[in-house]
Amino acid sequence: MSTASARTPKLGVQAATKVYQTASGDLLALDRCSLDVQANEIVSIVGPSGCGKTTLLWSMSGLHRLTGGSIVLDGKEITGPRPEIGIVFQEANLLPWRNLDANINFPFEIKGEKPDRAWIAHLLNRVGLEGFGDKFPRELSGGMQQRAAIVRALALKPSVLLMDEPFGALDSFTREEMNRLVEEIWLDTKTTIVFITHSIEEAIFLSDRVVVLTTRPGRVAKVYDVPFPRPRSLEIMATKEVFDLTNRIKMDIVGERRPKGSEQQGQKTAEIVRIRP
Amino acid sequence: MSGGDAIPEFSKAKSGDGQDVSLTNLSAFASGPGIKSGAEVVAILAVAVVIIGGIELALRIFHVPQYIMPPPSSIAYALFDEFPLIAPHLGYTLVELLSGFAIGAIVGLVMAAVITQFPFAEKIVAPYILILVTTPMLALVPLLILRFGFGYTPRIIAVALAAGPMVMINAATGFRRVDSAKIALARSYGASTLQIFWKIRAPMALPMILVGLMIGAIFGLLTAVGAEMVGGGFGLGNRLTSYSSMIQMPQFFAVVLILSTLGILIYVLFFLIGKKWASWET
Repeated sequence: MSTASARTPKLGVQAATKVYQTASGDLLALDRCSLDVQANEIVSIVGPSGCGKTTLLWSMSGLHRLTGGSIVLDGKEITGPRPEIGIVFQEANLLPWRNLDANINFPFEIKGEKPDRAWIAHLLNRVGLEGFGDKFPRELSGGMQQRAAIVRALALKPSVLLMDEPFGALDSFTREEMNRLVEEIWLDTKTTIVFITHSIEEAIFLSDRVVVLTTRPGRVAKVYDVPFPRPRSLEIMATKEVFDLTNRIKMDIVGERRPKGSEQQGQKTAEIVRIRP
Repeated sequence: MSGGDAIPEFSKAKSGDGQDVSLTNLSAFASGPGIKSGAEVVAILAVAVVIIGGIELALRIFHVPQYIMPPPSSIAYALFDEFPLIAPHLGYTLVELLSGFAIGAIVGLVMAAVITQFPFAEKIVAPYILILVTTPMLALVPLLILRFGFGYTPRIIAVALAAGPMVMINAATGFRRVDSAKIALARSYGASTLQIFWKIRAPMALPMILVGLMIGAIFGLLTAVGAEMVGGGFGLGNRLTSYSSMIQMPQFFAVVLILSTLGILIYVLFFLIGKKWASWET
Protein backbone atom coordinates (compact mmCIF):
# COMPACT_ATOMS: atom_id res chain seq x y z
CA MET A 1 0.00 0.00 0.00
CA SER A 2 1.64 3.26 1.05
CA THR A 3 5.38 3.52 1.36
CA ALA A 4 6.70 1.40 4.17
CA SER A 5 7.86 3.56 7.01
CA ALA A 6 10.86 2.94 9.20
CA ARG A 7 9.05 4.47 12.17
CA THR A 8 6.35 2.52 13.91
CA PRO A 9 3.11 4.27 13.07
CA LYS A 10 1.00 5.98 15.71
CA LEU A 11 -2.04 4.29 14.27
CA GLY A 12 -1.61 1.30 12.00
CA VAL A 13 -4.48 -0.16 10.00
CA GLN A 14 -3.71 -3.59 8.58
CA ALA A 15 -6.07 -5.28 6.14
CA ALA A 16 -9.09 -3.93 8.01
CA THR A 17 -12.23 -5.70 6.85
CA LYS A 18 -15.73 -5.04 8.09
CA VAL A 19 -18.93 -6.89 7.24
CA TYR A 20 -22.28 -5.62 8.48
CA GLN A 21 -25.07 -8.11 8.86
CA THR A 22 -28.19 -6.45 7.53
CA ALA A 23 -31.70 -7.69 6.85
CA SER A 24 -30.86 -7.94 3.15
CA GLY A 25 -27.71 -9.98 3.71
CA ASP A 26 -24.09 -9.31 4.52
CA LEU A 27 -22.66 -5.98 3.50
CA LEU A 28 -18.92 -5.68 2.93
CA ALA A 29 -18.15 -2.12 4.00
CA LEU A 30 -14.37 -2.30 4.28
CA ASP A 31 -12.20 -4.69 2.29
CA ARG A 32 -8.60 -5.16 3.46
CA CYS A 33 -7.97 -1.48 4.09
CA SER A 34 -4.42 -0.71 5.13
CA LEU A 35 -2.87 2.62 6.06
CA ASP A 36 -0.47 4.02 8.57
CA VAL A 37 -0.85 7.28 10.42
CA GLN A 38 2.35 8.68 11.90
CA ALA A 39 2.48 10.60 15.14
CA ASN A 40 1.68 14.33 14.82
CA GLU A 41 0.34 13.80 11.33
CA ILE A 42 -2.97 14.92 9.88
CA VAL A 43 -4.37 12.32 7.51
CA SER A 44 -7.61 12.86 5.66
CA ILE A 45 -9.73 10.08 4.28
CA VAL A 46 -11.85 11.07 1.30
CA GLY A 47 -14.09 9.06 -0.92
CA PRO A 48 -17.58 8.92 -2.36
CA SER A 49 -20.40 8.68 0.15
CA GLY A 50 -21.09 5.20 1.42
CA CYS A 51 -17.49 4.11 0.91
CA GLY A 52 -16.94 3.06 4.48
CA LYS A 53 -15.12 6.18 5.70
CA THR A 54 -17.19 6.37 8.86
CA THR A 55 -16.91 2.60 9.34
CA LEU A 56 -13.13 2.89 9.20
CA LEU A 57 -13.13 5.74 11.71
CA TRP A 58 -15.51 3.98 14.09
CA SER A 59 -13.29 0.91 13.91
CA MET A 60 -10.24 3.06 14.71
CA SER A 61 -12.10 4.44 17.71
CA GLY A 62 -12.92 0.97 19.00
CA LEU A 63 -16.66 1.58 18.70
CA HIS A 64 -16.91 -1.12 16.03
CA ARG A 65 -15.12 -4.45 15.97
CA LEU A 66 -13.46 -5.40 12.71
CA THR A 67 -14.49 -8.59 10.97
CA GLY A 68 -10.91 -9.10 9.81
CA GLY A 69 -7.54 -7.41 10.04
CA SER A 70 -6.41 -5.20 12.88
CA ILE A 71 -5.91 -1.61 13.95
CA VAL A 72 -3.02 -0.88 16.24
CA LEU A 73 -2.58 2.26 18.35
CA ASP A 74 0.85 2.81 19.90
CA GLY A 75 1.66 -0.84 19.26
CA LYS A 76 -1.47 -2.12 21.01
CA GLU A 77 -4.37 -3.57 19.09
CA ILE A 78 -7.64 -1.66 19.46
CA THR A 79 -10.39 -3.87 20.86
CA GLY A 80 -12.59 -1.21 22.42
CA PRO A 81 -12.76 2.51 23.18
CA ARG A 82 -9.42 3.89 24.39
CA PRO A 83 -8.85 7.04 26.45
CA GLU A 84 -6.04 8.20 24.14
CA ILE A 85 -8.59 8.64 21.35
CA GLY A 86 -10.91 11.64 21.08
CA ILE A 87 -13.76 11.70 18.58
CA VAL A 88 -15.53 14.60 16.93
CA PHE A 89 -18.76 13.32 15.47
CA GLN A 90 -20.91 14.44 12.56
CA GLU A 91 -23.30 17.26 13.46
CA ALA A 92 -21.56 18.00 16.79
CA ASN A 93 -23.53 15.34 18.65
CA LEU A 94 -23.95 17.49 21.77
CA LEU A 95 -26.45 16.35 24.38
CA PRO A 96 -29.37 18.77 24.01
CA TRP A 97 -30.46 18.51 27.64
CA ARG A 98 -27.08 19.72 28.91
CA ASN A 99 -25.70 23.20 28.67
CA LEU A 100 -22.28 23.75 27.14
CA ASP A 101 -20.36 23.34 30.41
CA ALA A 102 -22.22 20.15 31.26
CA ASN A 103 -21.61 18.82 27.76
CA ILE A 104 -17.88 19.39 28.10
CA ASN A 105 -17.93 17.81 31.56
CA PHE A 106 -19.69 14.73 30.18
CA PRO A 107 -16.50 12.72 29.43
CA PHE A 108 -15.19 13.41 32.93
CA GLU A 109 -18.49 12.35 34.48
CA ILE A 110 -18.39 9.05 32.59
CA LYS A 111 -14.81 8.45 33.66
CA GLY A 112 -15.42 9.64 37.21
CA GLU A 113 -12.62 12.17 36.95
CA LYS A 114 -12.41 15.80 37.99
CA PRO A 115 -12.50 18.08 34.96
CA ASP A 116 -9.28 19.95 34.26
CA ARG A 117 -10.77 23.45 34.62
CA ALA A 118 -7.73 25.39 33.48
CA TRP A 119 -7.30 23.29 30.34
CA ILE A 120 -11.01 23.52 29.47
CA ALA A 121 -10.96 27.28 30.00
CA HIS A 122 -7.92 27.49 27.72
CA LEU A 123 -9.68 25.41 25.04
CA LEU A 124 -12.91 27.42 25.29
CA ASN A 125 -10.91 30.59 24.93
CA ARG A 126 -9.03 29.08 22.00
CA VAL A 127 -12.21 28.34 20.07
CA GLY A 128 -13.90 31.59 21.14
CA LEU A 129 -16.60 30.08 23.33
CA GLU A 130 -15.77 31.63 26.69
CA GLY A 131 -18.86 32.98 28.41
CA PHE A 132 -21.21 30.56 26.65
CA GLY A 133 -21.04 27.90 29.37
CA ASP A 134 -24.66 28.16 30.42
CA LYS A 135 -26.05 28.12 26.88
CA PHE A 136 -27.84 25.04 25.59
CA PRO A 137 -26.94 23.52 22.21
CA ARG A 138 -30.15 24.82 20.62
CA GLU A 139 -29.05 28.34 21.50
CA LEU A 140 -25.74 27.94 19.64
CA SER A 141 -25.07 28.15 15.91
CA GLY A 142 -23.90 25.05 14.03
CA GLY A 143 -20.33 26.30 14.02
CA MET A 144 -20.40 27.02 17.75
CA GLN A 145 -21.85 23.58 18.45
CA GLN A 146 -19.03 21.97 16.51
CA ARG A 147 -16.46 24.14 18.36
CA ALA A 148 -17.95 22.88 21.62
CA ALA A 149 -17.69 19.30 20.33
CA ILE A 150 -14.01 19.88 19.54
CA VAL A 151 -13.43 21.22 23.04
CA ARG A 152 -15.21 18.18 24.48
CA ALA A 153 -13.03 15.86 22.40
CA LEU A 154 -9.82 17.64 23.40
CA ALA A 155 -10.75 18.05 27.06
CA LEU A 156 -9.32 14.64 27.96
CA LYS A 157 -6.07 15.46 26.12
CA PRO A 158 -6.22 12.62 23.62
CA SER A 159 -3.12 11.79 21.59
CA VAL A 160 -5.25 10.97 18.55
CA LEU A 161 -8.22 12.98 17.37
CA LEU A 162 -10.64 11.22 15.04
CA MET A 163 -12.93 13.62 13.17
CA ASP A 164 -15.87 12.18 11.28
CA GLU A 165 -17.05 14.68 8.66
CA PRO A 166 -17.30 17.24 11.44
CA PHE A 167 -18.09 20.24 9.27
CA GLY A 168 -20.25 18.57 6.63
CA ALA A 169 -23.41 20.29 7.83
CA LEU A 170 -21.91 23.78 7.99
CA ASP A 171 -22.03 26.49 5.35
CA SER A 172 -18.83 26.95 3.39
CA PHE A 173 -17.65 30.11 5.16
CA THR A 174 -18.12 28.64 8.61
CA ARG A 175 -16.45 25.52 7.33
CA GLU A 176 -13.32 27.39 6.22
CA GLU A 177 -13.24 29.15 9.57
CA MET A 178 -13.44 25.78 11.33
CA ASN A 179 -10.68 24.38 9.12
CA ARG A 180 -8.40 27.26 10.17
CA LEU A 181 -9.32 26.55 13.78
CA VAL A 182 -8.34 22.89 13.42
CA GLU A 183 -5.07 23.95 11.82
CA GLU A 184 -4.37 26.37 14.68
CA ILE A 185 -5.17 23.75 17.27
CA TRP A 186 -2.92 21.30 15.50
CA LEU A 187 -0.07 23.83 15.34
CA ASP A 188 -0.57 24.24 19.11
CA THR A 189 -0.90 20.65 20.19
CA LYS A 190 0.43 18.57 17.28
CA THR A 191 -2.26 16.04 18.07
CA THR A 192 -2.40 13.25 15.51
CA ILE A 193 -5.60 13.77 13.52
CA VAL A 194 -7.53 11.45 11.25
CA PHE A 195 -10.05 13.55 9.39
CA ILE A 196 -12.90 12.17 7.35
CA THR A 197 -14.47 14.43 4.79
CA HIS A 198 -16.09 14.45 1.39
CA SER A 199 -14.58 17.84 0.64
CA ILE A 200 -11.29 17.54 -1.25
CA GLU A 201 -10.46 21.20 -0.58
CA GLU A 202 -10.87 20.63 3.14
CA ALA A 203 -8.73 17.49 2.98
CA ILE A 204 -5.90 19.25 1.15
CA PHE A 205 -6.04 22.31 3.38
CA LEU A 206 -5.70 20.26 6.56
CA SER A 207 -3.69 17.19 5.72
CA ASP A 208 -0.17 15.92 5.45
CA ARG A 209 -1.57 13.04 3.46
CA VAL A 210 -4.88 12.39 1.74
CA VAL A 211 -6.12 8.81 1.50
CA VAL A 212 -8.67 8.09 -1.24
CA LEU A 213 -11.03 5.20 -0.57
CA THR A 214 -12.93 3.30 -3.27
CA THR A 215 -16.69 2.90 -3.32
CA ARG A 216 -18.15 0.02 -1.35
CA PRO A 217 -16.37 -2.08 -0.42
CA GLY A 218 -13.93 0.54 0.83
CA ARG A 219 -10.33 -0.06 -0.16
CA VAL A 220 -7.41 2.33 -0.19
CA ALA A 221 -7.23 3.49 -3.81
CA LYS A 222 -4.46 6.06 -3.50
CA VAL A 223 -2.50 8.03 -0.97
CA TYR A 224 -1.35 11.56 -1.81
CA ASP A 225 1.30 13.54 0.00
CA VAL A 226 0.35 17.15 0.60
CA PRO A 227 3.70 18.92 0.92
CA PHE A 228 2.51 22.51 1.28
CA PRO A 229 3.86 24.52 4.23
CA ARG A 230 1.74 25.54 7.18
CA PRO A 231 -0.09 27.63 8.05
CA ARG A 232 -1.69 27.26 4.65
CA SER A 233 -2.63 30.75 3.61
CA LEU A 234 -5.19 31.65 0.99
CA GLU A 235 -2.25 32.36 -1.37
CA ILE A 236 -0.88 28.84 -0.95
CA MET A 237 -4.33 27.35 -1.39
CA ALA A 238 -4.69 29.31 -4.66
CA THR A 239 -1.51 27.95 -6.26
CA LYS A 240 -1.49 25.73 -9.32
CA GLU A 241 -0.01 22.84 -7.32
CA VAL A 242 -3.03 22.81 -5.01
CA PHE A 243 -5.36 23.13 -7.97
CA ASP A 244 -3.69 20.21 -9.76
CA LEU A 245 -3.75 18.00 -6.68
CA THR A 246 -7.42 18.79 -6.12
CA ASN A 247 -8.20 17.77 -9.68
CA ARG A 248 -6.20 14.57 -9.48
CA ILE A 249 -8.04 13.47 -6.37
CA LYS A 250 -11.34 14.51 -7.91
CA MET A 251 -10.57 12.40 -10.98
CA ASP A 252 -9.81 9.44 -8.73
CA ILE A 253 -13.14 9.70 -6.98
CA VAL A 254 -15.22 10.53 -10.04
CA GLY A 255 -13.43 7.91 -12.15
CA GLU A 256 -14.18 5.43 -9.44
CA ARG A 257 -17.87 6.21 -9.67
CA ARG A 258 -18.14 6.34 -13.46
CA PRO A 259 -19.61 3.13 -14.90
CA LYS A 260 -17.64 1.15 -17.48
CA GLY A 261 -17.91 2.40 -21.03
CA SER A 262 -18.65 5.95 -20.02
CA GLU A 263 -15.21 7.08 -21.15
CA GLN A 264 -16.17 6.51 -24.78
CA GLN A 265 -19.37 8.42 -24.15
CA GLY A 266 -17.27 11.21 -22.77
CA GLN A 267 -15.26 11.28 -25.99
CA LYS A 268 -18.41 11.43 -28.04
CA THR A 269 -19.71 14.45 -26.20
CA ALA A 270 -16.32 16.02 -26.66
CA GLU A 271 -16.62 15.41 -30.39
CA ILE A 272 -20.06 16.90 -30.51
CA VAL A 273 -18.73 19.96 -28.78
CA ARG A 274 -15.97 20.23 -31.36
CA ILE A 275 -18.30 19.79 -34.33
CA ARG A 276 -20.64 22.51 -33.22
CA PRO A 277 -19.93 25.74 -35.08
CA MET B 1 -19.28 -10.16 17.85
CA SER B 2 -18.34 -7.84 15.03
CA GLY B 3 -21.52 -8.58 13.14
CA GLY B 4 -23.52 -7.04 15.97
CA ASP B 5 -22.55 -3.51 15.05
CA ALA B 6 -25.08 -1.42 13.22
CA ILE B 7 -24.15 0.71 10.25
CA PRO B 8 -23.37 4.17 11.62
CA GLU B 9 -26.45 6.25 11.10
CA PHE B 10 -26.69 9.96 11.57
CA SER B 11 -29.82 10.77 9.67
CA LYS B 12 -32.14 12.45 12.14
CA ALA B 13 -35.20 10.95 10.56
CA LYS B 14 -34.02 7.48 11.47
CA SER B 15 -32.51 8.16 14.87
CA GLY B 16 -35.88 8.23 16.57
CA ASP B 17 -38.32 5.41 16.51
CA GLY B 18 -41.48 6.97 15.19
CA GLN B 19 -41.15 9.64 17.82
CA ASP B 20 -42.50 12.32 15.55
CA VAL B 21 -45.80 10.60 14.93
CA SER B 22 -46.52 9.71 18.52
CA LEU B 23 -49.97 10.58 19.73
CA THR B 24 -48.82 12.59 22.68
CA ASN B 25 -45.59 14.34 21.96
CA LEU B 26 -44.29 17.27 23.84
CA SER B 27 -46.46 19.77 22.05
CA ALA B 28 -48.51 19.57 25.22
CA PHE B 29 -45.65 21.34 26.97
CA ALA B 30 -44.64 23.52 24.08
CA SER B 31 -47.93 25.05 23.10
CA GLY B 32 -49.75 24.77 26.41
CA PRO B 33 -51.52 27.69 27.98
CA GLY B 34 -48.34 29.62 28.38
CA ILE B 35 -49.74 32.85 29.68
CA LYS B 36 -47.20 35.51 28.96
CA SER B 37 -48.47 39.01 29.42
CA GLY B 38 -50.65 40.66 32.01
CA ALA B 39 -52.99 41.75 29.23
CA GLU B 40 -53.71 38.10 28.41
CA VAL B 41 -54.51 37.36 32.04
CA VAL B 42 -56.87 40.33 32.18
CA ALA B 43 -58.55 39.18 28.95
CA ILE B 44 -59.02 35.64 30.28
CA LEU B 45 -60.46 36.95 33.56
CA ALA B 46 -62.74 39.31 31.67
CA VAL B 47 -64.11 36.43 29.59
CA ALA B 48 -64.67 34.44 32.79
CA VAL B 49 -66.56 37.33 34.37
CA VAL B 50 -68.70 37.76 31.25
CA ILE B 51 -69.50 34.04 30.99
CA ILE B 52 -70.21 33.53 34.69
CA GLY B 53 -72.17 36.77 34.93
CA GLY B 54 -74.12 35.86 31.79
CA ILE B 55 -75.02 32.44 33.15
CA GLU B 56 -76.05 33.95 36.48
CA LEU B 57 -78.23 36.53 34.75
CA ALA B 58 -79.83 34.06 32.34
CA LEU B 59 -80.66 31.55 35.09
CA ARG B 60 -82.28 34.29 37.21
CA ILE B 61 -84.18 35.88 34.30
CA PHE B 62 -85.63 32.57 33.12
CA HIS B 63 -86.26 31.33 36.69
CA VAL B 64 -84.40 28.07 36.08
CA PRO B 65 -85.00 25.91 39.17
CA GLN B 66 -81.98 25.13 41.38
CA TYR B 67 -82.30 21.36 40.85
CA ILE B 68 -81.76 21.78 37.10
CA MET B 69 -78.94 24.31 37.18
CA PRO B 70 -77.97 26.39 40.22
CA PRO B 71 -76.63 29.88 39.48
CA PRO B 72 -72.87 30.43 39.91
CA SER B 73 -73.43 32.54 43.00
CA SER B 74 -75.10 29.72 44.91
CA ILE B 75 -72.41 27.27 43.74
CA ALA B 76 -69.78 29.66 45.10
CA TYR B 77 -71.72 30.03 48.33
CA ALA B 78 -72.09 26.24 48.65
CA LEU B 79 -68.36 25.83 48.03
CA PHE B 80 -67.52 28.08 50.99
CA ASP B 81 -70.37 26.91 53.16
CA GLU B 82 -69.89 23.18 52.65
CA PHE B 83 -66.12 23.16 52.27
CA PRO B 84 -65.45 22.03 55.86
CA LEU B 85 -67.72 19.05 55.14
CA ILE B 86 -66.22 18.36 51.69
CA ALA B 87 -62.58 18.82 52.75
CA PRO B 88 -62.11 15.39 54.41
CA HIS B 89 -63.52 13.76 51.28
CA LEU B 90 -61.04 15.73 49.18
CA GLY B 91 -58.38 14.30 51.48
CA TYR B 92 -59.62 10.73 50.95
CA THR B 93 -59.59 11.18 47.17
CA LEU B 94 -56.10 12.66 47.27
CA VAL B 95 -54.84 9.73 49.35
CA GLU B 96 -56.26 7.28 46.80
CA LEU B 97 -54.95 9.27 43.86
CA LEU B 98 -51.45 9.83 45.25
CA SER B 99 -50.87 6.29 46.52
CA GLY B 100 -52.44 4.60 43.49
CA PHE B 101 -50.60 6.89 41.11
CA ALA B 102 -47.28 6.38 42.91
CA ILE B 103 -47.63 2.59 42.70
CA GLY B 104 -48.77 2.64 39.08
CA ALA B 105 -46.14 5.16 37.98
CA ILE B 106 -43.24 3.33 39.64
CA VAL B 107 -44.30 -0.07 38.27
CA GLY B 108 -44.99 1.45 34.84
CA LEU B 109 -41.65 3.26 34.71
CA VAL B 110 -39.62 0.24 35.81
CA MET B 111 -41.44 -2.02 33.37
CA ALA B 112 -40.93 0.43 30.50
CA ALA B 113 -37.23 0.78 31.28
CA VAL B 114 -36.73 -2.98 31.49
CA ILE B 115 -38.93 -4.09 28.62
CA THR B 116 -37.42 -1.66 26.10
CA GLN B 117 -34.03 -3.28 26.69
CA PHE B 118 -35.40 -6.49 25.17
CA PRO B 119 -37.01 -5.70 21.81
CA PHE B 120 -38.26 -9.26 21.37
CA ALA B 121 -39.94 -9.41 24.78
CA GLU B 122 -41.39 -5.98 24.08
CA LYS B 123 -43.07 -7.19 20.90
CA ILE B 124 -44.65 -10.08 22.82
CA VAL B 125 -45.88 -7.91 25.69
CA ALA B 126 -47.07 -4.94 23.60
CA PRO B 127 -50.61 -6.20 22.78
CA TYR B 128 -51.29 -6.98 26.44
CA ILE B 129 -50.15 -3.53 27.49
CA LEU B 130 -52.47 -2.10 24.87
CA ILE B 131 -55.37 -4.03 26.41
CA LEU B 132 -54.47 -2.59 29.81
CA VAL B 133 -54.32 0.91 28.35
CA THR B 134 -57.59 0.71 26.48
CA THR B 135 -59.69 -1.14 29.07
CA PRO B 136 -61.40 1.32 31.40
CA MET B 137 -60.19 0.09 34.77
CA LEU B 138 -63.41 1.45 36.30
CA ALA B 139 -65.05 -1.69 34.93
CA LEU B 140 -63.06 -3.75 37.40
CA VAL B 141 -64.10 -1.72 40.46
CA PRO B 142 -67.22 -3.75 41.34
CA LEU B 143 -65.09 -6.89 41.22
CA LEU B 144 -62.37 -5.27 43.33
CA ILE B 145 -64.98 -4.15 45.87
CA LEU B 146 -66.26 -7.74 46.13
CA ARG B 147 -62.76 -8.93 46.84
CA PHE B 148 -61.39 -6.09 48.99
CA GLY B 149 -64.45 -4.44 50.53
CA PHE B 150 -65.41 -0.78 50.63
CA GLY B 151 -62.12 0.65 51.92
CA TYR B 152 -59.20 2.33 50.22
CA THR B 153 -57.79 -0.87 48.75
CA PRO B 154 -60.00 -1.42 45.68
CA ARG B 155 -59.79 2.27 44.76
CA ILE B 156 -56.02 2.46 45.08
CA ILE B 157 -55.72 -0.70 42.96
CA ALA B 158 -58.03 0.77 40.33
CA VAL B 159 -56.05 4.05 40.22
CA ALA B 160 -52.77 2.15 39.92
CA LEU B 161 -54.21 -0.02 37.13
CA ALA B 162 -55.42 3.07 35.27
CA ALA B 163 -52.26 5.15 35.70
CA GLY B 164 -49.61 2.43 35.36
CA PRO B 165 -50.18 1.38 31.73
CA MET B 166 -50.47 5.03 30.64
CA VAL B 167 -47.14 5.82 32.23
CA MET B 168 -45.60 2.67 30.84
CA ILE B 169 -46.68 3.04 27.24
CA ASN B 170 -45.48 6.64 27.04
CA ALA B 171 -42.26 6.00 28.94
CA ALA B 172 -41.56 3.02 26.66
CA THR B 173 -41.92 5.29 23.64
CA GLY B 174 -39.36 7.55 25.29
CA PHE B 175 -36.90 4.78 26.12
CA ARG B 176 -37.19 3.43 22.59
CA ARG B 177 -35.77 6.65 21.18
CA VAL B 178 -32.24 5.45 20.84
CA ASP B 179 -29.82 7.80 19.19
CA SER B 180 -26.90 5.64 18.14
CA ALA B 181 -24.56 8.62 17.82
CA LYS B 182 -25.19 9.74 21.41
CA ILE B 183 -24.77 6.22 22.72
CA ALA B 184 -21.56 5.93 20.68
CA LEU B 185 -20.37 9.17 22.27
CA ALA B 186 -20.87 7.72 25.74
CA ARG B 187 -19.30 4.40 24.76
CA SER B 188 -16.28 6.17 23.32
CA TYR B 189 -15.51 7.33 26.86
CA GLY B 190 -15.94 3.79 28.13
CA ALA B 191 -19.44 4.26 29.58
CA SER B 192 -21.07 1.19 31.16
CA THR B 193 -24.56 0.04 30.21
CA LEU B 194 -25.85 1.58 33.43
CA GLN B 195 -24.15 4.91 32.69
CA ILE B 196 -25.59 4.88 29.18
CA PHE B 197 -29.02 4.32 30.69
CA TRP B 198 -28.83 7.11 33.26
CA LYS B 199 -26.89 9.65 31.20
CA ILE B 200 -28.31 9.09 27.70
CA ARG B 201 -31.44 6.96 27.59
CA ALA B 202 -33.20 8.37 30.66
CA PRO B 203 -32.74 12.06 29.78
CA MET B 204 -33.81 11.34 26.20
CA ALA B 205 -36.92 9.59 27.51
CA LEU B 206 -37.76 12.26 30.11
CA PRO B 207 -40.10 14.36 27.96
CA MET B 208 -42.21 11.31 27.09
CA ILE B 209 -42.06 10.10 30.69
CA LEU B 210 -43.50 13.41 31.83
CA VAL B 211 -46.28 13.18 29.26
CA GLY B 212 -47.02 9.67 30.52
CA LEU B 213 -47.07 10.78 34.14
CA MET B 214 -49.44 13.64 33.34
CA ILE B 215 -51.88 11.46 31.41
CA GLY B 216 -51.55 8.75 34.06
CA ALA B 217 -52.35 11.21 36.84
CA ILE B 218 -55.42 12.53 35.06
CA PHE B 219 -56.66 9.01 34.29
CA GLY B 220 -55.97 8.18 37.94
CA LEU B 221 -58.12 11.07 39.12
CA LEU B 222 -60.89 9.95 36.78
CA THR B 223 -60.71 6.40 38.04
CA ALA B 224 -60.53 7.41 41.71
CA VAL B 225 -63.70 9.51 41.43
CA GLY B 226 -65.44 6.82 39.38
CA ALA B 227 -64.53 4.13 41.90
CA GLU B 228 -65.87 6.29 44.73
CA MET B 229 -69.16 6.63 42.87
CA VAL B 230 -69.49 2.85 42.64
CA GLY B 231 -69.37 2.15 46.35
CA GLY B 232 -68.02 3.10 49.74
CA GLY B 233 -69.12 6.01 51.90
CA PHE B 234 -66.29 8.47 51.34
CA GLY B 235 -64.41 10.46 48.72
CA LEU B 236 -65.39 13.22 46.31
CA GLY B 237 -67.09 10.73 43.97
CA ASN B 238 -69.25 9.60 46.85
CA ARG B 239 -70.13 13.24 47.52
CA LEU B 240 -71.26 13.60 43.90
CA THR B 241 -73.67 10.65 44.11
CA SER B 242 -74.83 11.65 47.57
CA TYR B 243 -75.50 15.34 46.72
CA SER B 244 -77.23 14.47 43.46
CA SER B 245 -79.46 11.91 45.16
CA MET B 246 -80.46 14.60 47.64
CA ILE B 247 -80.86 17.10 44.81
CA GLN B 248 -78.36 19.45 46.47
CA MET B 249 -77.21 20.87 43.19
CA PRO B 250 -75.12 23.84 44.40
CA GLN B 251 -73.10 21.44 46.59
CA PHE B 252 -72.89 18.98 43.69
CA PHE B 253 -71.42 21.62 41.40
CA ALA B 254 -69.08 22.79 44.15
CA VAL B 255 -67.57 19.28 44.13
CA VAL B 256 -67.37 19.34 40.33
CA LEU B 257 -65.50 22.64 40.63
CA ILE B 258 -63.03 21.10 43.09
CA LEU B 259 -62.47 18.16 40.71
CA SER B 260 -61.77 20.32 37.71
CA THR B 261 -59.39 22.40 39.82
CA LEU B 262 -57.57 19.19 40.73
CA GLY B 263 -57.29 18.26 37.06
CA ILE B 264 -55.94 21.67 36.14
CA LEU B 265 -53.44 21.54 39.00
CA ILE B 266 -52.15 18.18 37.71
CA TYR B 267 -51.74 19.63 34.25
CA VAL B 268 -50.02 22.79 35.47
CA LEU B 269 -47.70 20.80 37.74
CA PHE B 270 -46.41 18.63 34.89
CA PHE B 271 -46.38 21.58 32.53
CA LEU B 272 -44.02 23.41 34.89
CA ILE B 273 -41.86 20.32 35.45
CA GLY B 274 -41.67 19.81 31.69
CA LYS B 275 -40.76 23.42 31.12
CA LYS B 276 -37.97 23.20 33.67
CA TRP B 277 -36.52 19.78 32.81
CA ALA B 278 -37.62 18.88 29.30
CA SER B 279 -37.79 22.15 27.40
CA TRP B 280 -34.65 21.20 25.42
CA GLU B 281 -36.91 19.02 23.31
CA THR B 282 -38.59 21.92 21.59
